[in-house]
Formats: sequence, C-alpha cells, structure tokens
Amino acid sequence: MSATMTSAAPAGTAGGQRGPALRHAVYLTGRSLRILRREPVYLAFTLIQPMVWLLLFGALFERVADLPGFGDTSYLEYLTPGVVVMTAMMSAGWAGSQFIDDMQRGVMDRNLTSPVSRGALITGALAYQAVVTVVQSLIVFGVGLLAGARYDGGLAGVLVVLLCAVLLAVIFAALSCAVALTLRSQESLIGVSQFLTLPLAFLSTVMMAPALLPGWVGTVARVNPVDWAARASREALLGNPDWSAVLGRAGLLAALTLVMAWLATRAFRAYQRSV
Amino acid sequence: MQHAIEAEGLVKTYGKGPKAVRALSGVGFAVPSGTVFGMLGPNGAGKSTTTKILTTLSTPDSGTAVVAGLDVAKQPGAVRHAIGYVPQKPCFDPTATGRENLTLQGHVYGMPGSDIRSRGTHLLERFGLADAADRITKTWSGGMQRKLDVALALMHRPRVLFLDEPTTGLDPEARADMWAEISGVTQADGVTVLLTTHYLEEADQLADRLVIIDRGQVVAEGTPEELKGGLDGDAVQVELADPGQQEAARRAVAAVRGVGEITADGARLHARVGNGAATLPGLLAALDGAGVPLASVTVARPSLDDVYLRHAGRSFHSADRAGTEVAA
Ligand SMILES: Nc1ncnc2c1ncn2[C@@H]1O[C@H](COP(=O)(O)OP(=O)(O)O)[C@@H](O)[C@H]1O
Ligand SMILES: [Mg+2]
Repeated sequence: MSATMTSAAPAGTAGGQRGPALRHAVYLTGRSLRILRREPVYLAFTLIQPMVWLLLFGALFERVADLPGFGDTSYLEYLTPGVVVMTAMMSAGWAGSQFIDDMQRGVMDRNLTSPVSRGALITGALAYQAVVTVVQSLIVFGVGLLAGARYDGGLAGVLVVLLCAVLLAVIFAALSCAVALTLRSQESLIGVSQFLTLPLAFLSTVMMAPALLPGWVGTVARVNPVDWAARASREALLGNPDWSAVLGRAGLLAALTLVMAWLATRAFRAYQRSV
Repeated sequence: MQHAIEAEGLVKTYGKGPKAVRALSGVGFAVPSGTVFGMLGPNGAGKSTTTKILTTLSTPDSGTAVVAGLDVAKQPGAVRHAIGYVPQKPCFDPTATGRENLTLQGHVYGMPGSDIRSRGTHLLERFGLADAADRITKTWSGGMQRKLDVALALMHRPRVLFLDEPTTGLDPEARADMWAEISGVTQADGVTVLLTTHYLEEADQLADRLVIIDRGQVVAEGTPEELKGGLDGDAVQVELADPGQQEAARRAVAAVRGVGEITADGARLHARVGNGAATLPGLLAALDGAGVPLASVTVARPSLDDVYLRHAGRSFHSADRAGTEVAA
C-alpha cells in the first residue's frame, strides 16, 4: 500500500532554514497589504482622528504658540510631527486584531502546522504595519503642509520623522500582537489599546511645549516612547537640529522595538500551550 | 503493513488544578498507509485534541505519535512538510480569492512559482472551484469554502491528510459532494486520510477502518463491517411511555427467548436479538403482559450507532448532546 504514496520529497525542505523565514514574512506582509488595497476605506478611517487633531486643534489653539516655550514656530508646525507619530501609535494598536481573526478562524492553526516560523508570522504583521505607517505619515504630513506648515529640516528631517513613526508603530504593533495572542478577544484588545494610547498621547509633548507641561507630566513624558518619537521628529525638522538629541531618542525607540518584538514572539508560546 | 500514523498512549489535560479538563486519557491507534481512517465520537470526545497532537499543533502530556515515519515531538518541522491539515474551523482567508489562497499556501511550502500555478489550477478544477477561482472567497457558498480548505491542505502534496469534521455544518448535497472528494483523495493521490466525524453514516461510508472514541478513550476499533459484525443479529429499540417502568420492561424483555444483551438509556431500551422479525411478537406480548405501555418500537439491522451504544454504554445522540452542553 505504501507503494502508492507520492514519492516526491516534501517541497521546500531543500532550501535552507534561514531564508524561508524572511520569504514567509514577505508573503505574509503581501497578504495584509492586499487586504488594505481592496478596502482602502480602512486607511481613511484611521486618518479621521489625526485630521481632527491636526486641523481642529491646529486652528483652535493657534495662539498657544505665542506662549514662551514654543520658539518661533506656528502651532501647526509644532503639532504636525507630533500628530504623525501619534497616528502611527494609534493605528498600530490595532495590529493584533488580524491575529484574533486568524485565531477565531482556523487560519492560525493551519499556519502553525505549516513550515511558517512563528517569527515570520510576527515579522509579517510588523512589516505590514511599517508600510501602513509610512503611507499614513506622508498623508498627515502632506495635509500639514497644505494647511501652511513649513520646515527647514528638509528631506533629511522628513526621513527621520518617518523612521521615528515606523519604530513607534512597530513597538505598539508588537505589543498589540502580544496582547492579542494572550487575551484572544477583540474586546480585550480594544480595551487595552484605548487604555494605553490616549493617555500616552496626552502625557507627552505632542500638543504642548515641554517647558509648559506640569512637572509630573514632564516626568512621565521622559519615559514615554511617544514623547521620544515626537521630540526627535520635531528636532529633526529644525533648520539646525541637535543630532545627538535625535539619535539618543531614536536609539531608545530602536531598543524598545527589539524588546517588544521579542515579547510578541514569546506570546506565541502561551497561545500554543493553550490549544 | 506499513502505518502512516501510529499513536500510543496519548494523554492530554487542559488547564490546571480543579478546573483541569482531561481531554485524552490514553488514546492509541495505527493507520495503514493509503487508507481513510475514521475517528468517530460525539462532541467533546477528544477528536480535535488528538488531531492537534498529530499535526504538531499541540503537545501531549504523555504518549508518543509517529506520522509519516516521523516522531511529532522530535521532528515537528519534518512532520509539517509531510502533512496537510484542515482544522475543524474554516481556515481559508475570506478576504482573498480562491487562487490567492492557494498561491500563498504554495509559497509557504516553498513550491516553485510554475508548480504553484499548475497545482493551483489543477486543484481548483478538480474541486469544481475553477469558475469562482478569482472571486473573493467571502462570497462563496459554505460547501465551496470547505472544499477550498481541503484544497489548501493538499496544495503541497502531503502524504498524510488530517480532516477535522470536514462536513459539519454542510447541507446534505454539499456533504455528499465532499464525501466523493475525500474518497478521491486516497484513490488519486495515494494520500492517507485521518478523518474525524460525529456523523455515524459518514464514518460508515468513508472509513476503511475506524476507532470509536468516547470521553478521551478509544472504545472500539475495526472496519465498519467488523464492528457491526461483532454484534449478533438485529437491534430492537423500545421506547417506553413511562421511563419509570424501565426496570419492569427490562425484566420482561430479558425473559423473552432470542433476546441477547439489553441496554437501557432513559426511556429507551435497546435489545440485541437473533432475528428481529421472529422475536418481535414474543417481545411485544411479554411487555404487554407486564403492563408496560410503549411509545414506539423499531427493529433495525446493526448500525454503528449500536456499536457505539454497546461500547460506550449510552446512545450516540445522548452522548453528543451531553458533550455539547459541557463544551458550551
Ligand atoms: N483549548 C482548550 N482548552 C480547554 N479545554 C479544551 C480545549 N480544547 C478542548 N478542550 C476540552 O477537551 C475535551 C475534548 O475536546 P475536543 O478534542 O475538542 O473534542 P471533539 O473534537 O471530539 O469534539 C472537551 O471536554 C473540551 O471541552
Ligand atoms: Mg472537535
């Protein structure tokens, strides 16, 4: 009877084991981007809140920038990089919801019995979020420019802002995936993400100049990754940035990114123990 | 005969402490290569848990399993290349088209692009999905979606295919369609299939051999014919108007000539008899004489239902209901 079994070697075993993980991550990223391409409304949806912040608050608090502490920028110019990184964080908070869908269907179980590595499943989700963040950031930036914001930092400054936004997005996407794998319900994920992201946005210098923050908020802001990203971004857009300040905060973001990605991979073990 | 699957003494407990659930308490069986092997049992029996262990998704507390000659604990990576798995829940991506689903699956297994295209087209045609291939699968019918799940699992030409309740929730027509596809898989591809089901007629129809599993244990094993043949004669089922008279009814029936084993299950009494038609008049007279009013009487050739009743000590349907309540 065994003679009738297919004699072909199992596909894919010929390749090395390092290469596939990267290829898998690319294919999985592509899968998510296809969803986004088919339903671009979703992207528009994630941009509503930032637009309100940017345009409404930008106009409402225009005179705030007259206070000492804002330097000679307009409030809109001050606000735009902060809204870029804040958008990156808030949208990344939902990254885990695809995992929950996949777990509630059999997709996760099928993936985990395939040669796809757990690392590639995480990396695919994070890479997708990075791409989304770049698109969102460019749109928010573009709207800021249209509304009249001007920056001396030029292209280099914009690239730094994108980098900070992507790092921040990956941090929160990884956290969101870890929460999704641990709690396994959309409601819990929404709860955790709401509980975390709004306070982090307010306990930072996204809206208010550092010198004008109440003392305790300033203290919290110092350990708030949103603030690291906002400060580095604003600094990089100046005509003559203090690059050591930019690098220091970007470095912190990069370090936290690695920690969070590791955490998300660990969360897979908890999931597998429970199936 | 060579075995595609060998499981021995699988034990699995979910959770810890007082809330712990013993899902498997020593499940073992062997599946000959190139056959369809059925795993029949009510809800909560442990079918999915066994399947998850054999597909490397879950690890047992103790016991061993070898799939396609590979130890699932020691060589999970190699096992994953050798198997295809259709989980109990739908596993296709509803946001992608049928072809996109298959293409991603091919990439995951490292198949070359040209092979992915031809294999995908072949499977779509074979499962009657070619016309819908480029439509988003969300819009497909339930039967088509489930067939796509199976096609996905076959994409990389696995040697062993695991189907966890592939027809649950399908309408009768789609189910018959799926049955034809499953038989085709062993014949056309020489794949070994492990199929779990809680439909007796599905196991009867498809499985070359099967195990009956109940509360985490194998209670019977054999070909459907062997299992049914192990029971002598026919099955008589008597439904009492008053369940309180179970004992009286049992005594009356036991005294009738030609009656073998009797099992009682609430208001139902199941009796094995040598020849149903010949025994029935005497049996009815005895019950009448004992003053036991009846709601209904049926005589049937032995079915897997009877096999289940014999080995698990309760009827399949009452076990299924109990399992659903526990699982809910
Ligand atoms: N992930 C899980 N966590 C806790 N208990 C589980 C889990 N999966 C299954 N069980 C329990 O284990 C038992 C066997 O379940 P399962 O293998 O799914 O049965 P079947 O597939 O035969 O319906 C049931 O009592 C079920 O409630
Ligand atoms: Mg099940």
